[in-house]
Amino acid sequence: MQAVIDFFGPLWPLVWTLLKIVVIVLPLLGAVAYLTLAERKVIGYMQIRIGPNRVGPKGLLQPIADAIKLLMKEIVVPTGANKFLFVFAPVLAIMPALAAWAVVPFGPDMVLANVNAGLLYIMAITSVGVYGVVIAGWASNSKYAFLGALRSAAQIVSYEIAMGFALVTVLMMSHSLNLTDIVRAQEGPYGLLQWNWVPLLPMFIIYIISGTAETNRAPFDVAEGESEIVAGFHVEYSGMAFAIFFLAEYANMILIAALTSIMFMGGWLSPVSFIPNSILWLFAKMAFVLFLFLWFRATFPRYRYDQIMRLGWKVFIPLTLVWLVVVGVLMQAPFRSLPVLNIWFHG
Amino acid sequence: MTSAVMLFTVFAVILVISALGVITARNPVHAALFLVLSFFTGSALWMMLEAEFLAITLVLVYVGAVMVLFLFVVMMLNIDLDRLREGFWKHLPLGAGVALLMVVEMILVVSSKQFATMTSVSNTTGVSNTQELGLLLYNQYVYPFELAAAMLLLAIVAAIALTHRRRKDSRYVDPAFQVSVKASQRIKIIKMPAEKDL
Repeated sequence: MQAVIDFFGPLWPLVWTLLKIVVIVLPLLGAVAYLTLAERKVIGYMQIRIGPNRVGPKGLLQPIADAIKLLMKEIVVPTGANKFLFVFAPVLAIMPALAAWAVVPFGPDMVLANVNAGLLYIMAITSVGVYGVVIAGWASNSKYAFLGALRSAAQIVSYEIAMGFALVTVLMMSHSLNLTDIVRAQEGPYGLLQWNWVPLLPMFIIYIISGTAETNRAPFDVAEGESEIVAGFHVEYSGMAFAIFFLAEYANMILIAALTSIMFMGGWLSPVSFIPNSILWLFAKMAFVLFLFLWFRATFPRYRYDQIMRLGWKVFIPLTLVWLVVVGVLMQAPFRSLPVLNIWFHG
Repeated sequence: MTSAVMLFTVFAVILVISALGVITARNPVHAALFLVLSFFTGSALWMMLEAEFLAITLVLVYVGAVMVLFLFVVMMLNIDLDRLREGFWKHLPLGAGVALLMVVEMILVVSSKQFATMTSVSNTTGVSNTQELGLLLYNQYVYPFELAAAMLLLAIVAAIALTHRRRKDSRYVDPAFQVSVKASQRIKIIKMPAEKDL
């Protein structure tokens, strides 16, 4: 080990950080690939089919076959498209989905960058993701793609506000913007009852629903809307360029699942005190939230566009503002030391 | 050259180039995207000054929300470049005069004594920049801060009130009325006697 450090000399911190990034990103991309298989299987069983089962044992090699197929396909650039932006848009879509993982803690000391303003960083980086969609829609020089981009931009900007306010209540509860500290603040003798989802239950629900809308997933998938605008913003994309959008969508889903687990469900903390904390708990919680996303898609019909906007602006944002005041009052009021309330509102 | 100076040079060059791109790009969408890039590099420069709250807020507010809406509008405008360039030579003298005045003003400001030292205010208190800013805003400057917030809210309400027009011919249905619909209102079963066979 020392020999390797000496070999790189002053460049070692850089090499070490790059190694850590690879250790996070590679399993993430693997998870994305197998999330697509999980989605097809889960929805298959929900619709009383068996889903893909031909490639490899029980269909387990299906994502790899899909990846090879997409790699082999030609990337068609439409006439009149803005070539540079057309190619650049998928990059802009996937970059924030991967960059946000820098501050996500997997365990007490397992984090790439232990930043004090971690929550702000997450909010800023995820808000950049919309550019990929908007630029893809515009650069394609296609009406359907443009309509999809406009719908998506309006939707993402609207739900970001509700999501942001939900996260503000989380930071009030934990007195910190650091994600590791946010998890630590949920630690206590009562296990899963101590986590933020109990005192912030409405915010928890709003966060999951807004997360579904942010990632353009069904039932909020009007940006793609197969039955209305063919495939929305990525209708002109083929081959690997399309695959990158696909990767970005699923990487964003996994990111939202990780954030929900960390903010509201205690991250790596164990739900009961007699089982030790472990990174496996974080993965289990993420799997649960991801399953919810797949379940939503199999269950709900697509929202009408004006109803999406109404839900975001007229229901979620006022609700988050009310809960902001409720949490503030509970944190400052003298009755916060009463028996049940003092589980969450101590100190 | 220390690494901080090197980084600053890189960001500053990108910032100047992208700022030039904003005013020289022929396509308004490209100009808006250049503006996004300059916000990003500006935020990186603030980050180097240990002002992480300002840096991240710049990205969150301007890049994540304001510029998206800006791009949204610019993309939908049907801009005729020839018409925009029509009066270029006619207005050039006036524009050049204003530009010259501004350059002189900026030189005067930057060469004054206040700009002589280039060290950033270092954070010695041990708490994070964000926390320190919050403590100042909500303790020492709470009244000016709340006043500014109230004025911004007023401006938003005023802007919406001035531009909002409800169309008389729009077929608006109250959502509360929509969701309270019952199955019996959606379907009407009509009994018809079976036709006699001839």
